[in-house]
Amino acid sequence: MSLFRGRRILAGAMTLVAAAAMTACGSKTTDEGGATGVTADVSGDTVKVGLLNSLSGTMAISEVTVRDSIMLAVEEINAAGGVLGKKIQPVGEDGASDWPTFAEKAEKLISEDRVAAVFGCWTSASRKAVKPVFEKNKALLFYPVQYEGLEQSPYIFYTGATTNQQIVPGLDYLKSQGAKSVYLVGSDYVFPRTANKIIKAYAAANGMTVLGEDYAPLGSTEFGTIVNKVKSSGADAVFNTLNGDSNVAFFKEYKSAGLSAAAMPVVSVSIAEEEVKGIGTQYLEGQLTAWNYYQTTPGAANSKFVAAYKAKYGADKPTSDPMEAAYVAVHLWKAMVEKAGAFDVEKVRSASDGITFDAPEGLVTVDGKTQHIAKTARIGKIGADGLITEVWNSGKPVAPDPYLKTYPWASGLS
Amino acid sequence: MTAVTPAPPSTAVRPAPAGAVPPGRPAGRSRLRTLAGFAFGAALLFAVAPLVLSDFRLALLAKYLCVAMVAVGIGIAWGRGGMLTLGQGVFFGLGGYAMAMHLKLADAGPGGMPDFMQLYGQLDELPLWWRPFASPWFALPATVLLPMAVAFGLGSLVFRRRVRGAYFAILSQALAAAMVILLIGQQGTTGGTNGLTDIKGFFGYDLDDPVNQRMVYFIIAGTLLALLALTRQLIHSRYGELLVAVRDGEERVRFLGYDPASVKLVAYVVAAGMAGLAGALFVPAVGIISPALIGIVPSIEFVIGVAVGGRATLLGPVLGAVAVAWARTALSERFPGTWTYLQGLLFVVVVAFLPGGLASLWALARRRDVAAQPLRRGRLSLGRRRAERTEVPAA
Repeated sequence: MSLFRGRRILAGAMTLVAAAAMTACGSKTTDEGGATGVTADVSGDTVKVGLLNSLSGTMAISEVTVRDSIMLAVEEINAAGGVLGKKIQPVGEDGASDWPTFAEKAEKLISEDRVAAVFGCWTSASRKAVKPVFEKNKALLFYPVQYEGLEQSPYIFYTGATTNQQIVPGLDYLKSQGAKSVYLVGSDYVFPRTANKIIKAYAAANGMTVLGEDYAPLGSTEFGTIVNKVKSSGADAVFNTLNGDSNVAFFKEYKSAGLSAAAMPVVSVSIAEEEVKGIGTQYLEGQLTAWNYYQTTPGAANSKFVAAYKAKYGADKPTSDPMEAAYVAVHLWKAMVEKAGAFDVEKVRSASDGITFDAPEGLVTVDGKTQHIAKTARIGKIGADGLITEVWNSGKPVAPDPYLKTYPWASGLS
Repeated sequence: MTAVTPAPPSTAVRPAPAGAVPPGRPAGRSRLRTLAGFAFGAALLFAVAPLVLSDFRLALLAKYLCVAMVAVGIGIAWGRGGMLTLGQGVFFGLGGYAMAMHLKLADAGPGGMPDFMQLYGQLDELPLWWRPFASPWFALPATVLLPMAVAFGLGSLVFRRRVRGAYFAILSQALAAAMVILLIGQQGTTGGTNGLTDIKGFFGYDLDDPVNQRMVYFIIAGTLLALLALTRQLIHSRYGELLVAVRDGEERVRFLGYDPASVKLVAYVVAAGMAGLAGALFVPAVGIISPALIGIVPSIEFVIGVAVGGRATLLGPVLGAVAVAWARTALSERFPGTWTYLQGLLFVVVVAFLPGGLASLWALARRRDVAAQPLRRGRLSLGRRRAERTEVPAA
């Protein structure tokens, strides 16, 4: 009897569902242009922009510095009169180092706050999670971190380096230094795995041997085995795509195993000034990094940026590449909006090509086709004072090539 | 979102003995109250919520309701069966991935491959184990049956060996950790840490269209109500009583001639099925399934929702899950910098001052009423409350 009653309730609920579903049938996937974008609210004398960074969780240590840098740019622009006469009003949300949360907060910023643009995201996973949200709503994201390339969303501007502006120059540098073999160490997620795929293709075409490839889970601090394998491989250099805390354990183990920057240099692509401070210079001195900007990069624009940052957040706070890229992103957006004469996303996009900005890293130019920016590649050496000094640069800004189409060896990659 | 907190029907709080109707409470009245409760819940979910909430908030509610489905299952396994499952994320993930794989293949079209595979995997053709998911006739049942099969396999191994308490909790958690490592390692075929994202259609309907998002919400709300009805029947059945008996005195039940292992297995498998269904519906509602949603931390968060709501009641887990998820969103929007502390504080306060969860507020309000009842009922109710309090660390 109780079962029978259960069925009746169930049947009732099902009927309700069916009835509701019948009345609510929207467009099919085959329809053209089902969704329309949300337009930003620019009716007042302010314009809202979204700041989407992790303020809690494992990524907070890195992403908070990016948030600080974006705030600095916003203040500078507001002090100079705003954008198209409107003051920027930043709306912050916490991505909480959790990719689905990033998607939820992006949706909130776009549809509830109706921001004109969003700045933020760090990990590739968070970018992949928000990408459909921005594309669906036809809203703009400025992504300020170097990444693994192979992506080109019409609603994302990538102000960090793509692979041919960071990883490929890093490999070119190793090759020019006579390295014939490399060992690959990385965290187990999308960026290192994709980067290593590219490195292997490069090595195969350039007469380099990849002697090993190891991944540690994100946040892992157990590197005894990996460092032993690196040591016994006798590689000329190590290419390091580890992220976050793992670097601390890796470099400590590296040093205690008797390996040094002179005997077997490590090229890192995720260690900037902020991370050097956390890992400890005694473990890192002499090791190499590949970026587009260092705190020590010469030029008036950088002196101004570093001074302003330290004045606002404290003299002991270093500036780093992702922070600089985020700072540049806000200024580039301002220039695009002013060229377009409107906050409208499509107008901003079509105005973007050729926009330049005298950035702390030097002159950067927006490539309207890929929505990446041309940046100068720089290899740096970590010094005893925790700062990174440039040992090589590409001489001029490298045009972005997210799919590595101009590199014959990369033809099988995408 | 607090609007989704209908007053629990009193029958749900205090289960009636199997096959009998409690004295002084005619069967007709009890059934009427339950039906009224369901009608009220349905009215809230189907009429009030869509009217008062914006599209964005309604989509969030859909997400919360998916978490609530997992919570209903945990309510059965943990609240009723005493099995602290810290690995429901695995079943949620199996259901979610099964659905997402089907939707990705449907987006790619016949013979097509999901976008990420060409990007990261450089595969020439679809891996063998993806192929069956192209058919909805395989993928849809799989969202529920796959988690149930895994739960059956694991459950029949551990319950027979009388693994319980903390050991069972650790085991279930290890399973969640193992699944995450497996998914991340197989980036080329599972999407790695990114998970499966960018899902465009849901059985031919464009998910970008707000009207279709609303349809997904209605399906989720209806499914949750159906699961609640099913759970009510389950816990009021003879089996439901047996399950509680196993929780409170497994050895005694064994001496009475029952097999506690099978009793627990059924509850565990049902809970897994509900988590799988929740995962499957989460995918069209949120548009992503990734290892971040199914690992140890989210698995624990599922349990926290249940604990906050009141694990041994029918509606407690639902209320708790929705309340915790809603508080998370509300606090993080209001205080982006400090919300994690506030959320922690909330958990501490609820667990310290309301060990029976939010649902026990109702019981607290009726305590005088209970005290005035004949001794038998009072003792039953007090005994249960005590069991709840002392069992939490051990269960």
